[in-house]
Amino acid sequence: MIATLEKMRSTPSATVARDIASLAGVSKNYDQVPALRGVNFAVHAGELVALLGPNGAGKTTAVKLLLGLMQPSAGRVRVFGGDPTNPQNRVRVGAMLQVGRVPETLRVREHIDLFSSYYLRPLPLAEVLAAAGLGKLADRKFGDLSGGQRQRVLFALAICGDPDLLFLDEPTVGLDVESRRMLWDEIRRMVERDKTVLLTTHYLEEADALADRVAVINRGEIIAEGTPAEIKAKTSGKRIRCITRLSLTRLRQIPGVVELREDREAVEIHSGEAESVVRELLALDPLLTGLEITSAGLEEAFLALTKDNSSHAAPLNEPELNESQRSARRKML
Amino acid sequence: MSATSTPRFNALPQRSPGHTLTIYLKEAKYEFLKNLRLRVYTLSVLSFPLMFYVLFGLVLNARESIGGTTIPTYMIATYGTFGVMGASLFGTAAGLAADRGLGWLQVKRASPMPPFAYFAAKVVMSVIFSAIVVSLLMLLGFAFGGVRLPLANLAKLLGTLVAGSLPFSALGLAVGYFAGPNSAPPVINLIYLPMSFCSGLWVPYMFLPKMVRQIALVLPPYHLSQLALGVVGGGRHESAATHWEVLLALTLICLGVARVGFQRDQGKLYG
Repeated sequence: MIATLEKMRSTPSATVARDIASLAGVSKNYDQVPALRGVNFAVHAGELVALLGPNGAGKTTAVKLLLGLMQPSAGRVRVFGGDPTNPQNRVRVGAMLQVGRVPETLRVREHIDLFSSYYLRPLPLAEVLAAAGLGKLADRKFGDLSGGQRQRVLFALAICGDPDLLFLDEPTVGLDVESRRMLWDEIRRMVERDKTVLLTTHYLEEADALADRVAVINRGEIIAEGTPAEIKAKTSGKRIRCITRLSLTRLRQIPGVVELREDREAVEIHSGEAESVVRELLALDPLLTGLEITSAGLEEAFLALTKDNSSHAAPLNEPELNESQRSARRKML
Repeated sequence: MSATSTPRFNALPQRSPGHTLTIYLKEAKYEFLKNLRLRVYTLSVLSFPLMFYVLFGLVLNARESIGGTTIPTYMIATYGTFGVMGASLFGTAAGLAADRGLGWLQVKRASPMPPFAYFAAKVVMSVIFSAIVVSLLMLLGFAFGGVRLPLANLAKLLGTLVAGSLPFSALGLAVGYFAGPNSAPPVINLIYLPMSFCSGLWVPYMFLPKMVRQIALVLPPYHLSQLALGVVGGGRHESAATHWEVLLALTLICLGVARVGFQRDQGKLYG
C-alpha cells in the first residue's frame, strides 16, 4: 500500500492530458453502503488496464460510472475530457457488460446490425463476426447459443462500432479455456490497433496475460497499482512474519522488501527474495521471534493481499481512522 | 480504421437526421421481428382474440344482431379492442420489465442508441401488431361472418382501433417500469382480463350485470370499444369526444407514471 501511495504521488502530472477516462475522488454509495470510496484512477490512451479484484470489490460500479450509467455520490467522472453521458463520447465507446438476458429470438447478425447502426463508422459485419469468432454463427438465434458463444456476441456488440475506448466487464467469466484464450487474442488485437481498453477481472492470470497496467481494487478502494510484473512481485513472493524490535524504517532498507505492514505485535514483509531478507533480519535482530515464512501460488497470494487489506479496513464506517493510520505510517517512513 | 485510432477531444461529426431515422427504423424492425418470433407473444396476442371471435362471433351467435348491427360485425369492434389492448400491453410492458430487470436496457443505454428510439420501437411494434390483429378479425368476419362494410368504414374502424393502441402502450410502459421481470406478465393479465370483461369486450355491454355496466364507464377499453362500435353503428351513441378524452387522459397519466419510473430508474442508477 505504501508503494502504491508513493507511486501515485510520483505520477507525473503530464499524463493527465493522456487520460482518456478518469475517476477523480470518486465515491459511490448504494443506499448508504459504499461501493467505491474516494477512488482515483485513470485510463491512458492506447493502454490496456485491468481492474483486478474479487467479487463485490467495486469493479462493475467503476465501469458503470465511466459509462455514464450512474452518477457518482462524490467526485468527478470524465471520459474523453467530458461527461460520459455525452452522446458524442458514447459513439467512441464500446462496452461489454454482465447481462442477465439478451433478446433471444434475434439472430447474431441482427443484433450486430442494430448495434452497428448506432455508430458513425461501424466495422463491416464480416469483420466483426471474424473478430468475435462468430463466423459460422451469424444466422443463429441468440437463444440457441452456448454460454461462451453468447459472451462472444456481447463482445461483438462492444467492438462493432470500432470504438476508441472499450470497457470489458468480466469478459471471460464462465468461459472455457479455449474461448478465454480466443477472447484474449481479440482483446490484444484491439490494443494493437491503438484502442484503449479497460478490463475488469478477478483472475490475476488474465490481468497478467493482457494488461499494460493493473489496478487492484478491494472494498471500493484501489489498493495497489502497477505493471503486472510489479503486482506479481507483491503477490507472488513470500510472506515473512516476525516479531522484531527493528523499526519499519530500518526494515524498509533491507534489500528485497517489497512491502511491509504491521500486524498487531508483528510485522509482515512481502518479498520476492525471502531467504536473503530473512538472513538480513536475523543478523540485524538476534532476538527476533515468531518467524513464519509462507509461500503461495499467484491466486492465493493475490487473495491474501486483498484479504489483508480488508482486515485492515475492517471498520468500514471509519475511513478517517484508516486514512490517519496511513498518514501516520507515511510520516514514519 | 487508422483515422479513428488517435484520441481526439474535439467534437466529432454529428449524426445526420437520416442516420438517426435509420436507427429508429432498425430499432422498430428488430423489435417487431423479436416479438414476431416470440411464440409466447404471438400466441397470446393473436390467437386469443381470433379464437374468441371465431367462437363467439362466428360459430355461436352469427345470426344475432345488436341494435341493427350483426354480431360478427359488432364483435370485430369489441374483440378488436381486446386484441389491440393485448398487443399493446404485452408488447410494451413485458419486454420493458425484462430488459430493465435483467440488464439488457443497461447495455443499450451504454451504447450510443438515442434513448427515445427504444421506447418508440416498442410503441411502433405494438401499433403494427394491433393493425395485424384487427385486420385478421376483419378478414375472418368478411370470409365467414358475412361482414360487409363500406371501405371507408373499414378504414375508419381499423384507424380507430389502431389509434387505441397508443393509450394502452402508454399503460404498458407504466406497468413495465413498476413490475419486475417475472411479475410483469401476471400483472398485465390482472389488468387486461378483468378490464376486458367489465368493459363489455367479451359479453356485449347491455348483457353485463348492472353493477359491471357502471364500472365499465370508467374503464378505458369501454371507451375505445364504444368508439369502434360507433363506426359500425353498434355504439351507445355517447359523445365521441368524451371517449377520446378518456383515452387521452389515460395516455397522459400513464406517460407521466412511466416518466416517474424512468427517472426513478435513473435515480437508482444515477444516485
